[in-house]
Amino acid sequence: MGKKTLIPIGPYHPLQEEPELFKLFCDGEIVKDIKWETGYNHRSIEKLSESKTYDQVFFLVERICGICSTSHPFAFANAVEEIAGVEITDRAKYIRSFIGELERIHSHLLWVGLAGHFLGYNTVFMWAWKYREPVLDLFEMITGNRNSYAMFRVGGVRRDIENNKIPVIRKILADVKKKTDLLTGAVMDDPVIHARTKGVGILTKQDVIDYAAVGPTARASGVAIDIRKDDPYAAYPLVNWKVITAEEGDVFAKAQVRLLEMYESISIIEQCLSGLEKTKEGDINVVVKEIPEGSGAGRAEAPRGEVFHYVVSDGSNSPARHKIRAPSYVNIATFKKSCIGQTIADATISLAAVDPCYCCTERLAVAYDQKSGRKIWNAKDLIDLSTGKTSELKKNLIQLK
Amino acid sequence: MNTDLAIEKLKENFGSDIISTEKKSEKRAIITINPDAILKVAEYLYKTAGFRFIIASALHTKKGFEIHYHFSLDAIGLVLNIHVILDKENPEIESLSNMFNASNWIEREMHELFGINFLNHPNQEKLISDGNWAEGVYPYRKEFK
Repeated sequence: MGKKTLIPIGPYHPLQEEPELFKLFCDGEIVKDIKWETGYNHRSIEKLSESKTYDQVFFLVERICGICSTSHPFAFANAVEEIAGVEITDRAKYIRSFIGELERIHSHLLWVGLAGHFLGYNTVFMWAWKYREPVLDLFEMITGNRNSYAMFRVGGVRRDIENNKIPVIRKILADVKKKTDLLTGAVMDDPVIHARTKGVGILTKQDVIDYAAVGPTARASGVAIDIRKDDPYAAYPLVNWKVITAEEGDVFAKAQVRLLEMYESISIIEQCLSGLEKTKEGDINVVVKEIPEGSGAGRAEAPRGEVFHYVVSDGSNSPARHKIRAPSYVNIATFKKSCIGQTIADATISLAAVDPCYCCTERLAVAYDQKSGRKIWNAKDLIDLSTGKTSELKKNLIQLK
Repeated sequence: MNTDLAIEKLKENFGSDIISTEKKSEKRAIITINPDAILKVAEYLYKTAGFRFIIASALHTKKGFEIHYHFSLDAIGLVLNIHVILDKENPEIESLSNMFNASNWIEREMHELFGINFLNHPNQEKLISDGNWAEGVYPYRKEFK
């Protein structure tokens, strides 16, 4: 055993802006061992959830992750509705799947951008994040928020998507599809990306089974698990789509799976819109008076894989126990297999390839007044700015019609 | 394979260790087993029946400590919950982490938050509060204020 050098990534990730610490033990440029530390931002959400009512828990679990903020309420709603034995209306199902798939598109675009940034291919980074903006604007038009949409509740959804918005949504989606073509071409046909990602950070099928990895991480290694197909919920059994898989298990395969999944998401959204046109406006809720004693396991396919919520109810108005397992919990653990034996430069992209869950809800830097007379932004200014933008978007929406 | 068959096979193989079975729906079932049998039941589910380990939830209830192991059979969308009830004073159970890596972190987490001891765990260190939390204080227990 020779001497090993410790290369830390963290405690604040320089690129993904999230507190975590990877310790890479290197011999020269080769990573020989790896350890990670976490818990810097542990918020004890499982325990907090026991002190909230079922309605409040939706807002709490939505804040677990800023990127896939709908997947947690989705799984929680599935769990609670299983306990209560509720079947929601078709229109609510379509709206739920619509939001879930739109979120998948913006999350995958975000990952592709970050992956490009990791590889030093900043054009991809700029493009992906630029083309992600119309998706976020669409969210803002429909829900009032770019992230944390507050759309879900037990028995349905909080807001309807009015049928007169559908033509505009279709127009924006067609544009997103064109931009996705552009981006897919830029990634899939680029020799530099091939050189940097093919054969890098390989996870074999056996590794995936051993670590119980989920989502694109598993599907890129030939394990075709997708909760939307295996344990169908919301509108997924009502629409046609296919599970995307690849066999290689390297970083390129993971990128490929995510890019091709965006096309499936666009197709699902289009079918959901047709479904909305067939159902009655406003029919989005079933009244659920109380949650009986019992337990429910709710699953949802987040952009990163299966989200699992296990709720135990004692018949009161808050959960007696609420266990949450985000997909990154099992996916990040695979780094032992994907990174050891690689160079440091390849290890960073291998670590990022599972799309560890990071929060990206910041949308403004605060300007301070330091003798220059520049305006200070206070809370009211920020709220005005935010609502101002939302109403402007809504105005544009009317003009687009 | 369907849910009835999966329950039937478990009963056939581990009849004496199974305390109760409950089929909630085609996609959900609960089986309560004797804690001593967890290793062989998990081995059967993982190696023979093709189940995937999702996660385990620890609970602190009036009965003592419970662990609900959640396994998924993706081919039919079944979530199989294996319940074990552990001792109130000295909760401990065999670790599954020597069989598959998927349970490694969650067992460390349950040890840290609930004080459940996992026998033969390869590395039962703290996962979340590395070095920052008092020994023997378990924040997810009901008595913790």
